[in-house]
Amino acid sequence: MVRQLLKSVREYKKSSFLTPLFVTFEVILEVIIPMLMAKLIDFGIEAGNMNYILKMGFALIVCCIVSLTFGALSGKHAAIASAGFAKNLRQDMYEKVQTYAFSNIDKFSSASIVTRLTTDITNIQNAYQMAIRVAVRSPIMLVFALFMAFQINAELAPIFVIAIPILAIGLSIIIYHAKNIFERVFHTYDELNNVVQENLHGIRVVKSFVREDFETEKFSNVSKIIYKDFSKAEKILAFNAPLMQFCAYGCMLLISWLGAKLIVASGNNPALGMTTGDLTSMFSYTMQILMSLMMFSMVFVMITISYASMERAAEILSEESDIHNPENPVYEIKDGSISFSHVNFQYGAHADKLCLHDVSLEIPAGSTVGIIGGTGSSKSTLVQMIPRLYDVTAGSVKVGGRDVREYDIETLRGAVAMVLQKNELFSGTIKDNLRWGDENATDEQMRYVCQLAQADDFIQNFPDGYDTYIEQGGTNVSGGQKQRLCIARALLKHPKILILDDSTSAVDTKTDALIRQAFREEIPDTTKIIIAQRISSVEDADMILVLDDGEINGIGTHAQLLENNSIYREVYESQQKGGLEE
Amino acid sequence: MRGMKPGVPLGRPKLDKVTMNRLLGYLKNYKFRFTLVLLCIVISAIAGVAGSMFLRIVIDDYIMPLLQTAAPDFSGLFQAVLTMGGIYLLGICATYLYNRNMVVISQGILKEIRDKMFAHMQRLPIRYFDTHTHGDIMSHYTNDTDTLRQMLSMSIPQMFSSIITIVAVFCAMLYTSIHLTILVLIVVFFIMKIFKFIAGQSGTYFIKQQEALGDVNGYIEEMIHGQKVVKVFCHEEKAKEIFDKKNGELCENAIRANQYANILMPIMMNLGNLQYILIAIVGGALAVNGIGGLTLGAIASFLQLSKSFSMPISQVSQQINSVVMAMAGAKRIFALLDEEVEADNGYVTLVNAKYDEAGELVECKEHTGIWAWKHPHEDGSTTYTKLTGDVRFFDVDFGYTEEKIVLHDITLYAEPGQKVAFVGATGAGKTTITNLINRFYDIADGKIRYDGININKIKKEDLRHSLGIVLQDVNLFTGTVMDNIRYGKLDATDEECINAAKLANADSFIRMLPEGYQTVLSGDGSGLSQGQRQLISIARAAVADPPVMILDEATSSIDTRTEAIVQRGMDALMKGRTVFVIAHRLSTVQNSDVIMVLEQGRIIERGDHDHLIAEKGKYYQLYTGAFELE
Repeated sequence: MVRQLLKSVREYKKSSFLTPLFVTFEVILEVIIPMLMAKLIDFGIEAGNMNYILKMGFALIVCCIVSLTFGALSGKHAAIASAGFAKNLRQDMYEKVQTYAFSNIDKFSSASIVTRLTTDITNIQNAYQMAIRVAVRSPIMLVFALFMAFQINAELAPIFVIAIPILAIGLSIIIYHAKNIFERVFHTYDELNNVVQENLHGIRVVKSFVREDFETEKFSNVSKIIYKDFSKAEKILAFNAPLMQFCAYGCMLLISWLGAKLIVASGNNPALGMTTGDLTSMFSYTMQILMSLMMFSMVFVMITISYASMERAAEILSEESDIHNPENPVYEIKDGSISFSHVNFQYGAHADKLCLHDVSLEIPAGSTVGIIGGTGSSKSTLVQMIPRLYDVTAGSVKVGGRDVREYDIETLRGAVAMVLQKNELFSGTIKDNLRWGDENATDEQMRYVCQLAQADDFIQNFPDGYDTYIEQGGTNVSGGQKQRLCIARALLKHPKILILDDSTSAVDTKTDALIRQAFREEIPDTTKIIIAQRISSVEDADMILVLDDGEINGIGTHAQLLENNSIYREVYESQQKGGLEE
Repeated sequence: MRGMKPGVPLGRPKLDKVTMNRLLGYLKNYKFRFTLVLLCIVISAIAGVAGSMFLRIVIDDYIMPLLQTAAPDFSGLFQAVLTMGGIYLLGICATYLYNRNMVVISQGILKEIRDKMFAHMQRLPIRYFDTHTHGDIMSHYTNDTDTLRQMLSMSIPQMFSSIITIVAVFCAMLYTSIHLTILVLIVVFFIMKIFKFIAGQSGTYFIKQQEALGDVNGYIEEMIHGQKVVKVFCHEEKAKEIFDKKNGELCENAIRANQYANILMPIMMNLGNLQYILIAIVGGALAVNGIGGLTLGAIASFLQLSKSFSMPISQVSQQINSVVMAMAGAKRIFALLDEEVEADNGYVTLVNAKYDEAGELVECKEHTGIWAWKHPHEDGSTTYTKLTGDVRFFDVDFGYTEEKIVLHDITLYAEPGQKVAFVGATGAGKTTITNLINRFYDIADGKIRYDGININKIKKEDLRHSLGIVLQDVNLFTGTVMDNIRYGKLDATDEECINAAKLANADSFIRMLPEGYQTVLSGDGSGLSQGQRQLISIARAAVADPPVMILDEATSSIDTRTEAIVQRGMDALMKGRTVFVIAHRLSTVQNSDVIMVLEQGRIIERGDHDHLIAEKGKYYQLYTGAFELE
């Protein structure tokens, strides 16, 4: 999994390698500096040797500058490597999602894909920077500082051999216990957020039923769990600092005691053994050794926490699109004729129910087909087979006499314009949105399709006309206006097949009729498929399909179906009784 | 924490005193504990400072004299080590104590703030929720509380400890050498300048990074939500281009911001080292030339001190950022807590009632099925009015803002048991009218009377208890189906809930669910169809059994065949109640007693179906499809 994510490092490999390298140099200098400082004290200040002080001082300044340079370089490259990695990863994931078929998107849900592409990537970026910088730094620091300690005095250094395991074991116990609780706390946090979110969404319900106190109690129960768990986890973490101090102070006391004896034994003569300067250095190395261990444990915890994010990102990358372009795709579509032959379909391999069952159907090019059926009768599913938004489970769908799976996907979708039930406009001007249908459309062409979709009038009424800015999600136009804009956008593709999936539900019957009239007169060669709730939207179609529970219940003209199809008649009558809608 | 944006360190930290004081006010409940914490921090810091001086003592007072003696006696040193060990032990205990107690304090305060925030939020008027996005409100519970946690449990103790250390070390330095202390102060001044510059740069780019991140995330959100449209139009390549551009911008800003943040530590550390060297050289020169009466031992110990001086200073500087961030968070939280709650001056309450022998309505404890409005008067007397569900509007004007009036001169009568329908385009004011009945908003002018009582006099709680509401957007809560129905009446028995479900035509499908009434719904009932969710919400209103019902577009998002089933549920529910219906489909409102056609906040036509058809006005046009509703 980690390897798969690391593929996205690409051009930032250089920085990713340079960072640990510079960190290593930085650490070496950081370890050398205390030694030189000790010498400065021993042979310079204690001896009152000004020459030595200047000489050593100069050497130290050079070391500092070099260390600073390496430190800055490692910091710079760490930033480049991690931000760059995040950029590439984000790009890779985004592009992967672009290849997804509808079924892949359904599997993850849009909301979850968005979280993976945003929050999770930020977490991974932080973890990566930590991994190449701090996670490298701590062990190297530990090794070098330990090495120097042994260099100074091999008799004192074994103290660390005792202290390090004590600290390591102590930290492990703390982490082990705290981590489990923290994981639980994060879950409870989700629950808390869920309570708040539901409350916000349903605030009108809450207030109408006067359930404020009930909700407050619900919240306070979750809040109490968080309080308890968090306190528990942090109380365990409260052992961290004292443990660290215990080890550090213990080492220092032991070193002072044993060191003093050694110094006295050697007569503070560097040639014979331990000196007071060495003692000072040992103190510095003690701190470096123990601190690096502490840092390592912290980094370890943070990287483990981000593990869940890594897993979720990797899932996006390893998901393979269910729909692929064929090997030798066909780039030409003869006409807009459609044929279904014994089509079965189910969502996902393990779904226990067939959404479409043995559907066979012939639609000649240029005809108008209406589809009627209740919710869950798989009307949308049926038409989504045509532009290969989903692939059939069994049977085949043909367009222009060829199986849709033989065509180049872009060619196929270019020829089949579909206005989805859940329509989206994007932030940008009306023109920007229309150009989705045809990037190079002229103003006249745009006006023409808008006239067909009966949208031109209201667009002209906007102060900015075709340059009116549409807010994200198209919130500043009404439902009916949005639907007509979406139809216009689809028309701009000059499709051979046009599919309207319940796309005029918010448009009044009169305008609806005008749109259909325009279709009949202006695009006679285009095959038109219209899914609708209203009988009036389909009654003049060449052929009407009644779907029920994934099966074709009846095919025929309005008159035929009224005569011989009970579902159709029932729907018709219920709408007659209720009068025309809207 | 998951779902959280990384914080924005600010370039120029400014502390907000009012917010700070208010936050510190929460410490009042922890007076004893907090005093203990402060005491422990002092002990722990002093133990630390003592430690850095201990080395010098060992060398100067013990090792050096011992070197002069022929037969060294280590018992004195042993004593010193033991004493120091004692001090250290005290320090370690103090460290543990303050850490542990700080957990209790900070978690306690956080819980208090969280609970207060939510309870307060429940009492805010609907207007607040209209004007604040859910995302913004949510972030009070996540981001803002989290920065507060960081500050309380980490920044405050650490800063306090650092400051104590700085003061202690500074005194020790002054005691050792005034000359060198001045030198240190000058150097520290420059170090702080450099720190401020880098932190400022980093802060500026962090803000840019946040903006770029918001931009990229916003784009991702829009595109992914519209991904199916992208696919249908083969717009993938175009979308990628824009994405790459935004992504590249983000990367550049992120690199800059993190670069500055990353180089801060190495620079601070090495500047500390340089200061050390500078003191060594200057101190050495002074001592060798006999200026300032410095001894060699004093310089060595001063050097040690200067090292423990620069560390806490950079620590404090780093903590300041997180404190500033927490203050910003606290300010937002307090802003929520300061929001004015829904005003309620009502004093008329809803009580159980029965008729006594004289046929007078009197209050009683037990549930009788009869409700009455208890109306205390100024002269001390109390009258009881039977709850019947008679709602009247007199010349009501209303606007969401003062400048824009959306309802003009609305006068209407709904007698008990009548069905009143509102028809009109989006924005005509249909929903607004119903929002006034349950006082989600208060009217600007005119009067609304409920059973003859001005609704401003009725306690909001009791007013809303007497009204049932079914909305177009169904909101279900995480929990079982039974829990969701019981939401209408918390003390309803299972049987009552099931009866309500039967009434709403929901019983049969609920029984088909895997666990029946015990099926757990989550994510707003995502496993159910729109129609099924609506049926549950109707059952929920049914179990509350209110005399007045408001049905706001309850069947708009359901197809006509399912609607027939839902409609039967609603018809059963409407029987014997005063009902206000808002509907898109005229079929739903046809059989109403009165239909009001609204246009731009005014009632332009009223009457029953036949009457309005005969009138051949707007309603007629709508009915025959000659006119469009949007």
